[in-house]
Amino acid sequence: MNKLISSVSPHISGKRTTQTIMLDVIIALLPAAIASVIIFGLRSLLVIGVCIAVCVLSEFLFEKLCQRDNTVPDLSAVVTGLLLAFNLPVSIPLWQAAFGSIVAIIVVKQLFGGIGQNFANPAITARIIMMTAFSGTMTAWTAPVTADTVSSATPLAAAAKGEIASMPSYLTLLLGNHGGCLGETCALALLLGGIYLLAKRIISWHTPVAFIATVALMSLICGKDVLYQLMAGGLLLGAFFMATDYATTPSTKWGKIIFGIGCGLITVLIRFWGNLPEGVSFSILLMNLLTPYIAKMTRNKPLVGGAK
Amino acid sequence: MKLHGVRVPHKKNTADSQPVKMAVPSTVSIPMSMHIGKPAKAIVKRGDTVKVGQLIGEADGFVSSNIHSSVSGKVLKVDEMTASNGSKVSCVVIESDGKQELSEEIAPPKISDFESFVAAVKYSGVVGLGGAGFPSFVKLSVKDLSKVEAVVINAAECEPYITSDTRTMIDKSKYVFKGIEALKKYMGVKRFVIGIENNKREAIHKMQELSDQTEGVEVHILPSVYPQGGEKVLVFNTMNRIIPKGGLPLDVGVIVINVTTLSFIAEYLENGIPLIEKCVTVDGSAVKEPKNVIVPIGTSIEDLLEGAGGLKTEPAKVLYGGPMMGIAVPSLKEPVLKNTNAIIAMDAKEAKLPKTTPCIGCGECTNHCPFRLDPREIARAYRLNSGEDLQKLCVDLCMECGCCSFVCPANRPLVQTNKLAKIKLREYLAAQKAGQEKEGK
Ligand code: SF4
Ligand code: SF4
Repeated sequence: MNKLISSVSPHISGKRTTQTIMLDVIIALLPAAIASVIIFGLRSLLVIGVCIAVCVLSEFLFEKLCQRDNTVPDLSAVVTGLLLAFNLPVSIPLWQAAFGSIVAIIVVKQLFGGIGQNFANPAITARIIMMTAFSGTMTAWTAPVTADTVSSATPLAAAAKGEIASMPSYLTLLLGNHGGCLGETCALALLLGGIYLLAKRIISWHTPVAFIATVALMSLICGKDVLYQLMAGGLLLGAFFMATDYATTPSTKWGKIIFGIGCGLITVLIRFWGNLPEGVSFSILLMNLLTPYIAKMTRNKPLVGGAK
Repeated sequence: MKLHGVRVPHKKNTADSQPVKMAVPSTVSIPMSMHIGKPAKAIVKRGDTVKVGQLIGEADGFVSSNIHSSVSGKVLKVDEMTASNGSKVSCVVIESDGKQELSEEIAPPKISDFESFVAAVKYSGVVGLGGAGFPSFVKLSVKDLSKVEAVVINAAECEPYITSDTRTMIDKSKYVFKGIEALKKYMGVKRFVIGIENNKREAIHKMQELSDQTEGVEVHILPSVYPQGGEKVLVFNTMNRIIPKGGLPLDVGVIVINVTTLSFIAEYLENGIPLIEKCVTVDGSAVKEPKNVIVPIGTSIEDLLEGAGGLKTEPAKVLYGGPMMGIAVPSLKEPVLKNTNAIIAMDAKEAKLPKTTPCIGCGECTNHCPFRLDPREIARAYRLNSGEDLQKLCVDLCMECGCCSFVCPANRPLVQTNKLAKIKLREYLAAQKAGQEKEGK
């Protein structure tokens, strides 16, 4: 007779694991990935491939070197690679994409202890570092292969400069037929992915709704074109996929709402009054830094009941 | 406000299985501790002949319980054994003569008032049969009866697999209501709330039928969200009252009693047969025919599984109770206890849990905890050895229901850490108290 297993209860577990969660995120990102290939051509696939491959490889090698458990199977490095690629222009030199991937995984994630321990979103932080290091190539917007317009400026940049003529229509924004980072342009695909994550309860509605609603409200107050502000730029990608990262954002509902509102306010601040046309990445990074405090403030209160 | 929980698989395969009485095993091993509190004192010795229902262990101290023989036969030995919680207890092993002769001691108790009622419940050896195993008479020994505004009858049976309470409600509904009448008569309770999870249609129907004819009884249908049967959760969901931390249901005017316990008390009042047998749900992926069986207390799990139709495959893990809070037994030689309501035998596939991976900070654990504890922070405070933080995080409130571990995508051993953290907190508080006393001197 074999020895019976003895372990502490519970003896069953839910179906969800880190790996299935990451797989769902990857599935949710697929529509936007496909859209990017349609919009920007096959090079987009190459950038995505390089980012994923380098992220996974860095994770594997670093963990091997530090004799940590191999976390490649949890697929989180794949998600980071995908998200980083989505935040790059399609024309980015591949070595720069690879550099960004290494920064994301090794500097931002692993040096802080690996999955769940990092305080800043790896993809976003890497993007910001790249924007500083490679400002030229990071803002070299290529025109979509599908577009008949000549302008390749991002819609937000156009709006910021007041170039009404080169501002794309709502339909163009929805389909993503315009200049920008390769994964952020197709609002429709991002919405689809976001809805998938919500439906599967991988993310809760609190952060994206608070984030998007804040941007909408502030745009309205400031007399900007609301739909335009929502669909152009990285708002949808950020709100659904990056402001909802578990480790770097609060986990209670009020925490998420505060986080979302904060992101929205900072985004608007940068977009309308800053020097940059786009502020989503910075807003999320800044709110990442505030997360420990928000989390502390909004922690669930144990139900202790009245005084005994 | 809503208390959180998790949706666990129901697996109530045996809900329609009317319990069958199993043949009496050749020997039974009856531990002197099958309850919370002090172990009973064995009052038989090797070579004694005993009969069914004869007192073999006497309650020792206030929180303790009587223990009676479940078979007739000869005492083989009075041994020391290791209980599932690791402590040593003495255990009476009886060889059955197969005759099941009733002891002459057995007679319906004579009851005239509250005191004699509690005394009878005490003598019967009944403990919380839902699994807790707390001596029932202690719970009923209320000093000020006017404080009891309602009795909540726990019939939630929220653990997967287990259906023994369901069967009580279906097969012994009469006794459930006789129990209610007894509490009315001897304790003066006027309001009764039966809390049942909505996945037990037949039981709900039976209880509603009878409650319609009885004054002061409500059937409260609960959602099937685990853990409805947790005492504090049940009292909140039926009475909308929060039992304070470290307090008892009585602090909010409530007594909670398990439905099978109540029905047993009523039966005992009628026939005087003490707690000597149990209806046990036998199920799990390694079991050939899931069913409910009635067995003498002290029957080994091995005999029970055999008598219930045997195993399909070698079990990898066998549980006392359900998969959320049950205890994994070290061997099949372990006996059926007073509070055993199910034996679940899992095959290797069912027993396999996902690998533990690093915490990803998703917050699922805290967001599903009925008491809104934060197991992730508790684990951190435990690692850092901070008694102070553990106190702030109220780890002592944790009922070990397992929701947090169940939902954790990283499959962290959160319940296990909470158990250890509770011990650490107790040590910390004790040390603090000792320190204060020293200063005081
Ligand atoms: S912390 Fe305790 S009470 Fe809360 S879900 Fe986990 S086991 Fe249950
Ligand atoms: S559920 Fe598990 S992975 Fe998620 S925060 Fe809690 S301990 Fe971490």
